[in-house]
Amino acid sequence: MADSISLKKLVTRLLLVVVAMFVFGFALVPIYDVMCKAFGINGKTGGQYAGEQVVDTSRQVRVQFLSTNTADMPWDFYPKHDELTANPGAVNEMVFIARNPTDKPMSAQAVPSIAPSNAAAFFHKTECFCFTQQVLQPGEQIEMPVRFIVDRDMPKEVKHLTLSYTLFDITARHPPVAVNTGG
Amino acid sequence: MSAVIDDHGHADHAHGPAKGLMRWVLTTNHKDIGTLYLWFAFCMFLLGGSFAMVIRAELFQPGLQIVQPEFFNQMTTMHGLVMVFGAVMPAFVGLANWMIPLMVGAPDMALPRMNNFSFWLLPAAFLLLVSTLFTPGGGPNFGWTFYAPLSTTYAPESVTFFIFAIHLMGISSIMGAINVVATILNLRAPGMTLMKMPLFVWTWLITAFLLIAVMPVLAGCVTMMLMDIHFGTSFFSAAGGGDPVLFQHVFWFFGHPEVYIMILPAFGAVSQIIPTFARKPLFGYTSMVYATASIAFLSFIVWAHHMFVVGIPLVGELFFMYATMLIAVPTGVKVFNWASTMWQGSMTFETPMLFAVAFVILFSIGGFSGLMLAIAPADFQYQDTYFVVAHFHYVLVPGAIFGIFASAYYWLPKWTGHMYDETLGKLHFWLSFVGMNLTFFPMHFVGLAGMPRRIPDYNLQFADFNMVSSIGAFMFGATQIFFLFIVIKTIRGGAPAPAKPWDGAEGLEWSVPSPAPYHTFTTPPEVK
Repeated sequence: MADSISLKKLVTRLLLVVVAMFVFGFALVPIYDVMCKAFGINGKTGGQYAGEQVVDTSRQVRVQFLSTNTADMPWDFYPKHDELTANPGAVNEMVFIARNPTDKPMSAQAVPSIAPSNAAAFFHKTECFCFTQQVLQPGEQIEMPVRFIVDRDMPKEVKHLTLSYTLFDITARHPPVAVNTGG
Repeated sequence: MSAVIDDHGHADHAHGPAKGLMRWVLTTNHKDIGTLYLWFAFCMFLLGGSFAMVIRAELFQPGLQIVQPEFFNQMTTMHGLVMVFGAVMPAFVGLANWMIPLMVGAPDMALPRMNNFSFWLLPAAFLLLVSTLFTPGGGPNFGWTFYAPLSTTYAPESVTFFIFAIHLMGISSIMGAINVVATILNLRAPGMTLMKMPLFVWTWLITAFLLIAVMPVLAGCVTMMLMDIHFGTSFFSAAGGGDPVLFQHVFWFFGHPEVYIMILPAFGAVSQIIPTFARKPLFGYTSMVYATASIAFLSFIVWAHHMFVVGIPLVGELFFMYATMLIAVPTGVKVFNWASTMWQGSMTFETPMLFAVAFVILFSIGGFSGLMLAIAPADFQYQDTYFVVAHFHYVLVPGAIFGIFASAYYWLPKWTGHMYDETLGKLHFWLSFVGMNLTFFPMHFVGLAGMPRRIPDYNLQFADFNMVSSIGAFMFGATQIFFLFIVIKTIRGGAPAPAKPWDGAEGLEWSVPSPAPYHTFTTPPEVK
């Protein structure tokens, strides 16, 4: 066709589309993170919370705690109590216990998740062991606190929350520094 | 039509095909490459079909009889991968190679050498993929959707080969698609405006754009898997700050347009065949073009309907539910156009028409079960049951595959120069029709009753329907060997086909003799 662009130009443009779409595939990763943060989807909680809130004594929310190990993760990992009752705005604390029963030093990463997911944006952690990695020597046990505030603006229909942690073995990726215990 | 060089034999200038095996290895002729694609697709159809036979044999009765669950998982995975990437997509590319230059009056595809390369990548890709079945630890066992972390953290060692195979298939598809776009946009005969193009060409143009848009996303997706597995990244691993749900978003951003890639060319083929045998022009040509474009556009904004249960917000569920249901509108336009084309036509029911009419009816059934699945709250029940299996087999088997069969019978006279045996063709149709419905219709019932997919064993209450499904599957499978026989018989002989074997047919492809000479339209035809 006389009015069509040259073959070379057309193919170049199509190849550019291919490259652009390949990049777009990777761009979906940050886009997804931004969307999750903006809409509080997927139960992903935010980072460390620095604010303070006035306690709302007229309302109570049950907060349940769950702990899960991924496959092949040998640590003992559990919350001290299964649940607590929290007033929105108040700072609450729960202690999780982790123990490395193996004879090797290991590192671990806990990943939090909130259900129902529409409450995730209203659950603020002021301190959490999930912000860092844990390194435990053989047989070592630690108590790990998590402090949190349930937002006063949390939707009224949410009367109970579940905070769940999944513990991952990341020894391979973050080799723990072995300490000389001296026997 | 313009002069076609029939007689040659000059040593200086080869007009016919080269001799021997190297003809096929080195060929840049669109008809040769189309033939290669079609044969390759048929081989893969039989291979993927034999995997399906293993699945149905195991599901013939409850309990574990024939294969271990691990192997069963590999069979469901490989069946899906081979059928999608090895059978349906290459078959349509083969039809495109053969027919698009003939339909637009082009001498060949626009990029013949790239055409050769994009075909020969496929055998390499599938050799790589199928070889994983013989490795220790087995082949891919995570379903054709290869959700992370099943396909990353918990995958067999062979997953790397799977990733490279997908890369090769993707490169092949992208090159094929670029070739189709370039041919259609640059090599049309004078006078062939876009809105005069046959509908098969139109649907393939749109399909090619879909391929160019989404195959790179799939390549990105498997590249991320590769990096997670070997280079310590955490795209899909929650432990490192990634998210397995992200995988599903990326995959289905490719995956949903992909299912239209597998059906749009069939829409086009059926839109060629029904007017021929109804002896009426296609009803609503322009609306067909716009409906196809709308379907393609909508396919990009509905992906999360595959993920209603992963925990997306209510607003998201509603958006994806309504957007999905919206697809029924352009699809309905198409179905009504086909029905209107047949309305008061002088219809005859040769084999291509039988397949085409069955396509319209059975694809609509698959479309309706798709609408049921689109309803988010209902999908919570149907998710991962045999109802889903019934749904997508109803759109793929009598949809894509019947579309390919219809095309094959319709154009076989043009390809081989012989008429196929009409009695045998009709027998093939009826056996396929009965076998296919026997296989997949009962799956609706067991699915609604709660039978989960991808499991080698099932509750006793599903036993009778599963046995019916298996018998239907064996019947359908055996029938396709019969199809091979029909095609070989047609190639070897049969009544000589005239240039235009169907009296209602229209289009440039019927202006060249049958079989189509090795080189056609070396001088472009004039289209009025």
